[in-house]
Amino acid sequence: MIKHLRSAADLDAATATLILDTAGEMAALAGREVKKLPTLRGRTVVNLFYEDSTRTRISFEAAAKRLSADVINFSAKGSSVSKGESLKDTALTLQAMGADAVVIRHPASGAPHRLAAWVDGSVVNAGDGTHEHPTQALLDAYTMRSRLGRLEGLKVAIVGDVLHSRVARSNVLLLTTLGAQVTLVGPPTLIPIDIAAALSPATKVSYDLDSVLPDMDVVMMLRVQTERMQDSYFPSAREYSRRYGLDLARMRKLPGHAIVMHPGPMNRGMEIAPEVADSSRSTIVEQVANGVSARMAVLYLLLGGKA
Amino acid sequence: MASPRADVPSKIILSASDLHRVVDRIAHQILEKTSGATGTVLLGIPTRGVPLARRLADRIHAFEGIDVPVGSLDITLYRDDLRLHATRALGKTELPGGGIDGRRVVLVDDVLYSGRTVRAALDALNDEGRPSSVQLAVLVDRGHRQLPIRADYVGKNIPTALSESVRVSLTETDGLDEVKLTGGDDL
Repeated sequence: MIKHLRSAADLDAATATLILDTAGEMAALAGREVKKLPTLRGRTVVNLFYEDSTRTRISFEAAAKRLSADVINFSAKGSSVSKGESLKDTALTLQAMGADAVVIRHPASGAPHRLAAWVDGSVVNAGDGTHEHPTQALLDAYTMRSRLGRLEGLKVAIVGDVLHSRVARSNVLLLTTLGAQVTLVGPPTLIPIDIAAALSPATKVSYDLDSVLPDMDVVMMLRVQTERMQDSYFPSAREYSRRYGLDLARMRKLPGHAIVMHPGPMNRGMEIAPEVADSSRSTIVEQVANGVSARMAVLYLLLGGKA
Repeated sequence: MASPRADVPSKIILSASDLHRVVDRIAHQILEKTSGATGTVLLGIPTRGVPLARRLADRIHAFEGIDVPVGSLDITLYRDDLRLHATRALGKTELPGGGIDGRRVVLVDDVLYSGRTVRAALDALNDEGRPSSVQLAVLVDRGHRQLPIRADYVGKNIPTALSESVRVSLTETDGLDEVKLTGGDDL
């Protein structure tokens, strides 16, 4: 088993499948009266969050607590970071406290890689800059597999702001490893020209959502990051929504079995219409529940054995 | 399964037909001790306890026409030696419909040795529900208990040395039915 989970590229097909299978067992245990497992008793997991996050932090916290690990939540606000402490000094503090795993979210791409050199424990990337968010990709892959029964040969469209999306990057890497065929869809300004080649040569690119929909098993809508709106990547929110938003009419172009995913938080009416988000094809709520199982699997596989 | 190395001495303890007779006997004993297996659930501990539990249920059905619910209980997350080994893959936990609350659970495993697996199984069971009672059925008891645990149904007691190991093979998992003793110096 690997020591850190910094990138979805850390995972080969066998390891990724092991995580998904383990997540399946964890999900089965979530239906019990007593959800807690004694597995990680005495281990300490630090949630080190330099960026705001609700679902990811809570999800990691729930996952660690269900496995009986001790959880220390650290957010940059109200800590020594606001007094100017560097990532390295914070890392050394955590090291001295004996953290067995550090779950880090950081605005700088690559922060988890730096952190892994400074601490002895495992490092789990919970989102770094515009780089990666591997546990999101794992829970997405898990959701696809449990809804559609397989990943091999699945056609997946990832739609929206690919340029700034760590979710997209991790998903392309993981899904390709597991044999799915990914098509990136969005306005040309938001899809880096050489991204397909850089991530995986099998990845396709399209600027026309309507033409790809009839072929897809999965459509994953990315959040339009409103903080990017000032940067003129597209003329207006309405135009974006017209061309790349998933509304009912577009959803009807999908094959009958296809599912609609969104990593959240979503802008209803912008990239996804409310009727689509609440439809039976939507897996948005399932994704949140699956997130806890996937993260339990990751924490178990990283921390459950001999250090 | 890999064929045994030529330089390691080994002895067959139970042949296929012995093993079938032993399973038949345990099935009869379960019927006897549980007054016809009423309110009873068989839970196999992965890996080989699961096919054994299924076989016991099949035999009970053949003898008395009773369908005893069968499930599996994985104990990996409850082991006390997780930190001593590389991370283990999980097995399946599948409780039969109706659960285990208020029922008599018979845990089924292939070999009873230190008792630590059974200890973990009891902890796991405790989180799944509240059975009215718990019993233990094993194909082989090889001794060397490290915890105060005993089996209710034993297929065969095999006195062993610590240096020896007991290998249970079942058709479902290994392609043949057989119990073998390997290693040690006194064979």
